[in-house]
Amino acid sequence: MPISINGADYPLPDDPRVSLLDLLREREGLTGTKLGCNQGACGACTVLLDGERVLSCLTLAVQAEGREVVTIEGLTGDGEELHPLQQAFIDHDGFQCGYCTPGQICSAIAMAQELRRGDPSHVTADLASGPNGPTREEIRERMSGNLCRCGAHNGIVEAIEVLLAGEAA
Amino acid sequence: MSKLQNALVGGVRTVLEHIPAAWLPGASPDHLAERRVALGTQQPRIDGPEKVRGMARFAAEVPMDELLHAAFVHSTIARGTIVELDIAAAEAAPGVGLVMTHRNAPKMKVPPSIGLTSMKAAGNHTLPIMQDAEIRWNGQVVAVILAETREQADHAASLVNVLYDAAPSRTRFEEGKANARTPHSIQMDQNRLEKGNATKKLAQAAVSIDATYSTPWESHNPIEPHAATIAWEGEKLIVHDATQMIHGTVGSLAKVFGIKDDDVFVSSPFVGGGFGAKGLWDHQILGAAAAKLTGRPVRIRLSRESMHRLVGGRTQTEQRVALGADADGKLKALLHHGYATKPRHSITDEAFSQTGRSLYACESFDVVQHYVDLDLLANSFMRAPGEAPGTFAIECAMDELAHALNMDPVELRRRNVATCDPVSGAPHSQSDMMAAYDMGAERIGWDRRSPEPRTRSEGEWLIGMGCATGTFPFLRMPGTAARITVDATGHAHVASAAHEMGMGTATVQRQHAADRLGLPLDSVSVTIGDSTLPYGALAGGSSQTASLGAAISAASDKLAEQLLRLAGNDTPLAGLKPGEVEFADGGLRKIDDPSRHETFASILGRASQAEVSVTGESKAPMEMLKFSMHSTSAVFCELRVSEVTGEIRIDRLVGAFDCGRILNAQTATSQFKGGMIMGLGMALTEETLLDERSGRIMSTSLAEYHVPVHLDVPDIDVLWTDIPDPRTPMGARGIGEIGTTGVAAAVANAVFNATGVRVRDLPITLDKLDLG
Amino acid sequence: MTPFAYRSAANCAEALSLGTGGDVRFLGGGTNLVDLLRQNVESAAQLVDVSRLSGSIDETDNGSLLIGASVTNSALAAHPLVRSRYPMLSRALLAGASAQIRNMATVGGNVMQRTRCVYFYDADGARCNKRQPGSGCDAIGGFNRYHAILGASQDCIATHPSDMCVALVALDALVHLDGPDGQRTMPLAGFHQLPGTHPEIETVLQPGELITAIELPPATTATTNSEYRKVRDRSSYAFALIAVAGGLEVVDGKVADVRIALGGVAAKPWRAERAEAALRGSPATRANFMAAAAEELAPAQPLDGNAFKIGLVQRTIAAVLTSLAGDQA
Repeated sequence: MPISINGADYPLPDDPRVSLLDLLREREGLTGTKLGCNQGACGACTVLLDGERVLSCLTLAVQAEGREVVTIEGLTGDGEELHPLQQAFIDHDGFQCGYCTPGQICSAIAMAQELRRGDPSHVTADLASGPNGPTREEIRERMSGNLCRCGAHNGIVEAIEVLLAGEAA
Repeated sequence: MSKLQNALVGGVRTVLEHIPAAWLPGASPDHLAERRVALGTQQPRIDGPEKVRGMARFAAEVPMDELLHAAFVHSTIARGTIVELDIAAAEAAPGVGLVMTHRNAPKMKVPPSIGLTSMKAAGNHTLPIMQDAEIRWNGQVVAVILAETREQADHAASLVNVLYDAAPSRTRFEEGKANARTPHSIQMDQNRLEKGNATKKLAQAAVSIDATYSTPWESHNPIEPHAATIAWEGEKLIVHDATQMIHGTVGSLAKVFGIKDDDVFVSSPFVGGGFGAKGLWDHQILGAAAAKLTGRPVRIRLSRESMHRLVGGRTQTEQRVALGADADGKLKALLHHGYATKPRHSITDEAFSQTGRSLYACESFDVVQHYVDLDLLANSFMRAPGEAPGTFAIECAMDELAHALNMDPVELRRRNVATCDPVSGAPHSQSDMMAAYDMGAERIGWDRRSPEPRTRSEGEWLIGMGCATGTFPFLRMPGTAARITVDATGHAHVASAAHEMGMGTATVQRQHAADRLGLPLDSVSVTIGDSTLPYGALAGGSSQTASLGAAISAASDKLAEQLLRLAGNDTPLAGLKPGEVEFADGGLRKIDDPSRHETFASILGRASQAEVSVTGESKAPMEMLKFSMHSTSAVFCELRVSEVTGEIRIDRLVGAFDCGRILNAQTATSQFKGGMIMGLGMALTEETLLDERSGRIMSTSLAEYHVPVHLDVPDIDVLWTDIPDPRTPMGARGIGEIGTTGVAAAVANAVFNATGVRVRDLPITLDKLDLG
Repeated sequence: MTPFAYRSAANCAEALSLGTGGDVRFLGGGTNLVDLLRQNVESAAQLVDVSRLSGSIDETDNGSLLIGASVTNSALAAHPLVRSRYPMLSRALLAGASAQIRNMATVGGNVMQRTRCVYFYDADGARCNKRQPGSGCDAIGGFNRYHAILGASQDCIATHPSDMCVALVALDALVHLDGPDGQRTMPLAGFHQLPGTHPEIETVLQPGELITAIELPPATTATTNSEYRKVRDRSSYAFALIAVAGGLEVVDGKVADVRIALGGVAAKPWRAERAEAALRGSPATRANFMAAAAEELAPAQPLDGNAFKIGLVQRTIAAVLTSLAGDQA
């Protein structure tokens, strides 16, 4: 079975050592997903696998067989120039060099869904009842798996707040 | 740096004292410091849509046919000789195209050293690269593998067997101090500074403090790993690089391979974070050499481990600061002595001793720094080299002095703030540190601070506030050039080999060019990022905006001349000299008679010319020698320390900056914050772990080298005085690095205020705070 | 990465049949194993992907919770019964790694994760008895801030990095195994091994044996009134310097039941049995908590880099239990 990437089917690599990240970047030319550490310590390679955020650097491409991958290139709908979160990143200067940005954005989109589901986080005060709304502390904890070295953290959090407010409305 | 340099710089300074300021660059204030339309406004990044869609193309992403992937084998000893190098298994491994070692590497010269003397040099160390069997640091590359796939290259690298004859190595800081050397000069200044008898004044001072501060090796760790996609086309070398020194890389690679500068093309339109790290290191050279041997293009992307083994960082320092003051807090003596690791083959000065020379008036100074020579990877510039560790020591010491005086730390600064250069007496171009302090103090609510340590708490959390001064000098690089091309539609295009690592280079210079040329923003475009464009000096020392700004300004003067020539006599501008006109409304007009105006389109149309193109360049920065040109900041921090665990949580961080005029409120805010967050990392978490037994770096992953995560970063307030500097283009000084300075001291001072424990050794990890 | 063959197992039987023979590794989410393979710390001729095996969480008739080995860390942390009955487990999971990694990492893989000792990871340049038996231990005399203060040996001072396992051990979790010699169930507390002279042997798992499930015994007051406190070098996304899982039941001011397990102090999740024994029946006071913690740590053997852990663990145990005692203290 192939891997579905942004709605199109791609064959499995011949070499099982190929990570999902290198399948995207080196073999299929989908370089929007970034390689930062290649060892699960920075989050730059975050993609959505069956709708959940994962690190593509630690996912063997063969493990994605028959599953659906969405990358930064696949976020926008038909005719849509930018996803609302991408626009919010621009509006709130949620990046500088732009390298961790696709990972931050993919991560935040999945995070919004986790919040909607009521999944708790490490800073959720009451585990049983779930997160008490999208506070900045909740956003920060949930986004801590995405490093940013330029220091765009404040802008990223503000951009995500816009996304969450838009969803609530 | 040498005695000769001291004599030269000293000589120029002496001459400049007698030369009127009116003859120097920046003689009259840049009118754009005040007359701004696009400048000063908040403009989104022009490359924003590309970046958020993942379409901005970085160095490792350039497609090429027949590409081979490179992997490195690193030495595991610090000093010695390779006695056996078994590459048979690697060569036989599937997909391997080449194993390059010192035995088959082409002859390569040492790249010229980066510095003030050469505009096209980028070398960070002076060691031969893969030319012999000698090992000079732990992590040096001993073999390069090229293979058809990344996986094959990495695997083959693991098959190389190396045996060494290890020689005694020097890898311990403490032992190296005994043989430390004392250079004659540090950057542009004489190293040893003795003014007045500081030792005596210290002994006589009513109140004094004397303490030693240490800062660790730190690594830039940009999120984009160093990478290059390299190809030879005959004798021409093409390098898609991640670099903040495009032309330095061109000139250096040309020297290394014995080819002409014109035969090297370097492209680097986007850099995924630099902070000083993205220069010329061994990987581009080795990649180009390997590509030459195989005749196929090569892609190198350094693993995080390779980055730590090949790219130097901020070096370790140990600094003694002694301050003496009278009972009113007026400084009588400032002693700043210390050590920094700088291997002999290393180029970069970690000029921590500069900080104490510029901030405060003082009766006597005794300043000197020594270099510890070890068998380690060359150190490098890391965001605010010198001032980042320097402000930690000086500004913690000021806090200790304030405490000893029982004086508010802000008040202590107020009583000592320098009104001119404290050492030379040179006038400031502009400086208002206390304006920054007043803004910052008000914003954070400094009056809530308890002067007595460990008096505020909430539950297990002790609460404290601290402040510190940050500073960074103004730098403008000579030679940076910009080409302005105006076409018959009145559109202006600016081109320069400038660098974009997140600063918003093109975004801000577009605003600049629009205001400079009297055009609306959408009539201006900017191209940066490759070596076919006019010369760009390195993006470093917070200098790029000023250098490129000066170049655009110079080009615009030439443009006015050219246009007047083209306009001829049948024009409202007839007979006017360049000094009598200004750019306005899409053309030129007489300064005191706006009715005499003609548009670019009209001039070019009449002259039947499709476009006019001029190039201007940033001239020798003599103003830097005549004036004392430093930005300053006031950093305020409020934090909590757990009495149980010693964990520190930053609640608030405020930075107030006196950096001349701010050109784009949005990108400037981001740059200040980014610098401050790197300062937070320096304060709390960052340390490159060097095992001194082996000279080997052990923290080669982002799991061990802790940069701040989202939850570590509070809401940060950034303020600025916005007072123009009359000696600089656009009235602005660079803002890329100052954000990092002062933060570690502000945090350490806040920790003392919260806990009563003074930590003088960065980073302030919880094990250094035994509060039990 | 050494070349390997990859097979995905559809069910346990298939996994076991594929998993026989030498040099085979079971692959869960890959968050640790793929990294170790890439670092050349480990190699394998064949990976058997067990991440698609049963991922269900079921309550048994006696009130236990049976957790499939391929349940992700995220799913376990978010499960309503875990959150309400075993909050220390949810907390521990949520304190680990990042959301992305928790989405990938499986329960079985988490149990099997290996130390973060930097010398263990440096396959090219450092000596490590765990990685290469008999080569020596560079962590002794090196960077050992993260290393063990309890149960270490002259051959190895590494710690187990899991947060989840610390909570599981405090909860008396059982581990279900299946292998060539059949199924067996054992307390997780006995699963991980102290290094002794064979630090390369980390668990009692036999060749070809697979973790199939984790079983949590029925909840009690002390599992429901529970906490997990992790102390680390930054506020999130970092391994533990130390961690404390605590559960407490106080009746009439006295400790009726107590669970304490420690992370970051030993090669296995460390059940603080001495402290627990000292506390049962004693008044639930901070002083007693401190004293019991001191008793647990009495055999601690600190190194240059990690002596701070003794006081830190003690204060953290006391803080966790004091907080759990609430106004009953």
